[in-house]
Amino acid sequence: MSAAESSHRSLRWLRLKRAFRLGLKSLWLHRLRSLLTVMGIVFGVCSVIAMLAIGEGASYEAQEAIKNLGSQNIILRSAKPPEEQKVSDQSSQSRVLAYGLTYTDVNRIRATIPGVTIMMPARIMNDYVWHISRRLNSDIIGTVPWYPRLRNRHMASGRFFSDGEMDQKSAVCVLDAKLARSLFPITSPLGKDVRVGSTYYSVVGVIDPPSKAPVDDDGTVGGSGSTKGEMFIPLETARLRYGDLLIKRRAGSMEAERVELHEVTVKVETTEQVGSVADAVKQVLEHTHKKKDYEIIVPLELLRQKEKTKRIFNIVLGSIAAISLVVGGIGIMNIMLATVTERTREIGIRRALGARRRDIIIQFLVETVILSGAGGILGVAFGMLVPLIVTHFAGMKTIVTLWSPVLAFTISALVGVVFGIYPALRAAKMDPVEALRHE
Amino acid sequence: MSPIVQFDNVRRTYQMGGVTVEALKGVSFSVMPGEFISIMGPSGCGKSTLLNLLGCLDRPSSGRYLLGGDDVSRMEDDDLSTIRGARLGFIFQSYNLIQQLTVVENIEVPLYYQDVDEETSRAKAVELAAMVGLADRIDHKPFELSGGQQQRVAIARSLVNDPLVLLADEPTGNLDSKSGTEILQLFDKLHASGKTLILVTHDDDVAQRAQRNIRLRDGHIESDVRR
Repeated sequence: MSAAESSHRSLRWLRLKRAFRLGLKSLWLHRLRSLLTVMGIVFGVCSVIAMLAIGEGASYEAQEAIKNLGSQNIILRSAKPPEEQKVSDQSSQSRVLAYGLTYTDVNRIRATIPGVTIMMPARIMNDYVWHISRRLNSDIIGTVPWYPRLRNRHMASGRFFSDGEMDQKSAVCVLDAKLARSLFPITSPLGKDVRVGSTYYSVVGVIDPPSKAPVDDDGTVGGSGSTKGEMFIPLETARLRYGDLLIKRRAGSMEAERVELHEVTVKVETTEQVGSVADAVKQVLEHTHKKKDYEIIVPLELLRQKEKTKRIFNIVLGSIAAISLVVGGIGIMNIMLATVTERTREIGIRRALGARRRDIIIQFLVETVILSGAGGILGVAFGMLVPLIVTHFAGMKTIVTLWSPVLAFTISALVGVVFGIYPALRAAKMDPVEALRHE
Repeated sequence: MSPIVQFDNVRRTYQMGGVTVEALKGVSFSVMPGEFISIMGPSGCGKSTLLNLLGCLDRPSSGRYLLGGDDVSRMEDDDLSTIRGARLGFIFQSYNLIQQLTVVENIEVPLYYQDVDEETSRAKAVELAAMVGLADRIDHKPFELSGGQQQRVAIARSLVNDPLVLLADEPTGNLDSKSGTEILQLFDKLHASGKTLILVTHDDDVAQRAQRNIRLRDGHIESDVRR
């Protein structure tokens, strides 16, 4: 760099520094007006960041829940068909309801659909799990040894039951962390026995809860409520101990349901196959089931839907944000136009004393950029604060992504430049003679 | 010695709603360094137009204006700004100080646009404030000063860039006679120190202080008298 070039650069820097100081001085002269103008931008930027944080937080939880079901999985669930419910209410004879997925279904799906890698059938019963005098109402889930792998769940201690124990119909079980805590508050449950009904099961492991509670507000995904525990036993053991008949006591009457399998998870090799396999499964089941006594949940589709909703949400938020920033920008422009008119005389004086058009443009542009920049900084500060307040008082999860304050601030600074250019040009275009004559 | 200001047959016409008005109808005169000139004339005679042209705030429609040897009559706007900042000093009837700046900052404004570094410009402004007798007021705002004091700030400001010519437009018009006299004494002092002054006025007493009187009438120079 030549000496002339560097001195030129430092000169420009000096001019900008002076213009900045001059701008601050002029804005300070009209403190209230400047503050009110800044507020427009503050609210715009603040609302952008806060809304994005709340939206991000809300969709994050749902997406985590869906992800935990596994994006390569298709989940089939037995569901009591609505017409069946009516029948059971009316006829006193037919007390035993048979519905849901069967072992035949599992075999048929495995035999007819290519691309299915692992099937995970499960039976879900409900009973009290006892240890000495402690008990907890739990879901007793009869399932296969590869359950944790398929559902992304991790062992807290011990192990999941093995293939051998499955084959031998052993009375072993795995407790979830909540159940383990309430039955064994002090000691380790490993190697101890728990009782369900009249059967004792030996505890071989404790499993962590899903990384996020799989509770979704539309109720499509997710399992047990928050107070229940979960106990896992081998599917074959469950079949042996419980049979296929479930007995419910309700208001003095007895009701029995025959359900072979409550849940079947189908894992496919790649996520691309999920859609076609889901369709095939649907066809197979439609063929054999006369009634709609099952439901098909495709986590990948749910995830995509969620992402779509989120995208729409973001577009809506983005437009609101853009509008509020434009409104703030118009406010700035309005004030700057008034300022230019008010300071016509000053512009004339400065022009007479040697200011070029460029100097006048810079002077007014710097003022608007100071206004919008200050608004941007304050807005970012408030915008980061509001999500914290929301989380604290409303208990909602909020996530401030790194890019949202950066984006909001950049836009606000840009708004200052865009909306400042016209007033600045108007100031610079004035004829010095006219400007000096202005009262 | 070559003239500092030279007008050659300068005309200035305005378009006013389709009608062409000729404010200056061919004016020629020159000013030598160190002269103290008064320009007089009834209103509408072209005084203001002449002053705007002299001050490089406006360009002649035809004719030539040399300021310090350079033809400024065809210069671009930016160059005219630079010329104003470097070669001219303005003193207005209504002082025209910038209200949000202090006395010393007001004096510094012309240097601001000359990219003079801050220490030099501050030192010079303080020195000039002392010269016009306002050493104890340098941090006051214009509205805290009397008219005479404000005009003295304006004079200090007009001197800060060491101009070729000082242009004063009715400098005592808004002042009482006592402050007016003080200002005129200041002009005498400046003239004595070798400054070139052009003073526009309609007050005969003020004009009498100048060594040369130019009278304008109807866009022409009616008389140009040296005493």
